[in-house]
Amino acid sequence: MKAETKELPSEIMELQMGPSHPATHGTIKFNLKLDGEKVLDCDVEVGFLHRGFDKSCEQATWTQVIPYTDRLNYASSLINNVGYALAVEKLIGAETPLRCQYIRVIVSELARLYDHLTCCGMAASELGAITAGFYMIEARELITRIIENLTGARLTVTYVRIGGLKHDLPHDFAESVARAFKTIRKLLDDCDRLLSRNRIFLDRLSNVGVISQETALSYCLTGPILRASGVDYDVRKAFPYLVYDQLDFEVPVGSRGDNYDRFLCRIREIEQSMKIVEQALANLPVGPVWIDDPLFVLPEKEKVYGSIEGLMHHFKIIMEGIHVPAGETYFAVEGGNGELGFYIVSDGGGRPYRIRVRPPCFIAMGAFHEMIKGYMVADIVPTFGMVNMIGGECDR
Amino acid sequence: MAETNSQLSAVQGKLGSKVIETSEPQGDDVLILDRSDLRESFRILKEDPELDFAFLSDITAVDYWHKKEPRFEVVYQILSRAKRRRLRIRVPVPENDPSVESLTPLWRGANFMEREVWDLFGIRFIDHPDLRRILLYDEFKGYPLRKDYPVNLVQPRVPERPVDGTFVDERSRNKLLHLQKSLGSKI
Repeated sequence: MKAETKELPSEIMELQMGPSHPATHGTIKFNLKLDGEKVLDCDVEVGFLHRGFDKSCEQATWTQVIPYTDRLNYASSLINNVGYALAVEKLIGAETPLRCQYIRVIVSELARLYDHLTCCGMAASELGAITAGFYMIEARELITRIIENLTGARLTVTYVRIGGLKHDLPHDFAESVARAFKTIRKLLDDCDRLLSRNRIFLDRLSNVGVISQETALSYCLTGPILRASGVDYDVRKAFPYLVYDQLDFEVPVGSRGDNYDRFLCRIREIEQSMKIVEQALANLPVGPVWIDDPLFVLPEKEKVYGSIEGLMHHFKIIMEGIHVPAGETYFAVEGGNGELGFYIVSDGGGRPYRIRVRPPCFIAMGAFHEMIKGYMVADIVPTFGMVNMIGGECDR
Repeated sequence: MAETNSQLSAVQGKLGSKVIETSEPQGDDVLILDRSDLRESFRILKEDPELDFAFLSDITAVDYWHKKEPRFEVVYQILSRAKRRRLRIRVPVPENDPSVESLTPLWRGANFMEREVWDLFGIRFIDHPDLRRILLYDEFKGYPLRKDYPVNLVQPRVPERPVDGTFVDERSRNKLLHLQKSLGSKI
């Protein structure tokens, strides 16, 4: 029987997937070369959301850049705020008070929770597990409400300032976090029961999009994708910033480098992030949240409206911007998708000379063809979901 | 502080005359390297067991127009995971020949980052396998992150690209033909 079947004639088909495709949440285009359903090659086209972040920053004052950073990875805008503020503070040579550092850790981890819940929930619902997806979106909604209560905005928060924070935590913050975490843990348990022994979900994720340790390092990948391949590089552990070296948490590491390991890494990081937030809230010291330096800090509103000196002080900072000493520096934090670095150059004026963001998911998209080569067209959906490309950050 | 100095002097010892200058602003290790034989210098930094800067973190560039000579600087961030040290490498690039050697043979991830620098600064990377624009479109004129590119410059509209190789559904055209036949020249 076998000898009689002739091989079907097949030719290589070129298929353009995107830039607007239901599975590519975010505008991105894959130029695929297909042999039947098998992906032979994939050329990734990015840049559809390019809006000149770097150039815009050069026109703004140092403080006016903070809202721009919100719009990079809008799923974890608080981490972007923190990373940018830390980079500028490094150039100034200022260290914020301990309470400010703890609060920055708390908001960073809340943003990481938000980012991972979005990524995992979307990936699950794209694979048909829409209930689990909704559970995670519900958990994410609880985080959003905490962030809204804290900052006044749901996505574009602009909470961190250079040298401090917009304001201190609200008085019922710890209780609302504890309440939310209780529900989130229950929801994650439900998701675990829905997904971890779900045959369809496992088959779609395991051994798909495999990338070896050497390849991942060669492609400069960071974050959960790199850790799923078995490299325990996390900026919070390797180059501790803020108070991460005083907190007890683990960095989950995978072994196979496939999509399921990436999923598991993110889910475990959600647990670790909740642990970090609880520790930081328990140890939260009392004190100011601003550095004590009138060159960088806006005066209180009573002084602005009550005295000419206060008004002039306010006016100078708003109109001219704070003056960052000339120089250049690089500072990296662990973002939702990996190392989020800020390379900033100052010429001593009130506006940045150059701001460069190291976007983790842009660099991950550079390795996407390596992840998908040899797999099926349908495998693009979970692999792309697990890369968690965010258009705002990838294209800037 | 002593450790930092020893690291910088170790790098300087291995790279020799390629190092133009070393400095330590804000506790970072910064190296200014000559652009000749750049890939070889990076190969030493990456593969020498004493240095072990095996991870490339970032590639970018800065335009110091009318501020510094040479005009451009390509900036590399590399790090050693085992030693937990970062190293920043700045490579001056003159305006009349804006090109450096590509690092794609050492790190394949350099591909996208170098394409971005080419796209926004117009610095060529020699031996790069696929140096195309990445964030902007092919018809874009100029390099927007250069300081002499005006921020409010409007780019001309580009004509629609030919749809060569794109699948076109011929059936609809046939339907139109049939209609034209049956209705005469009314359509």
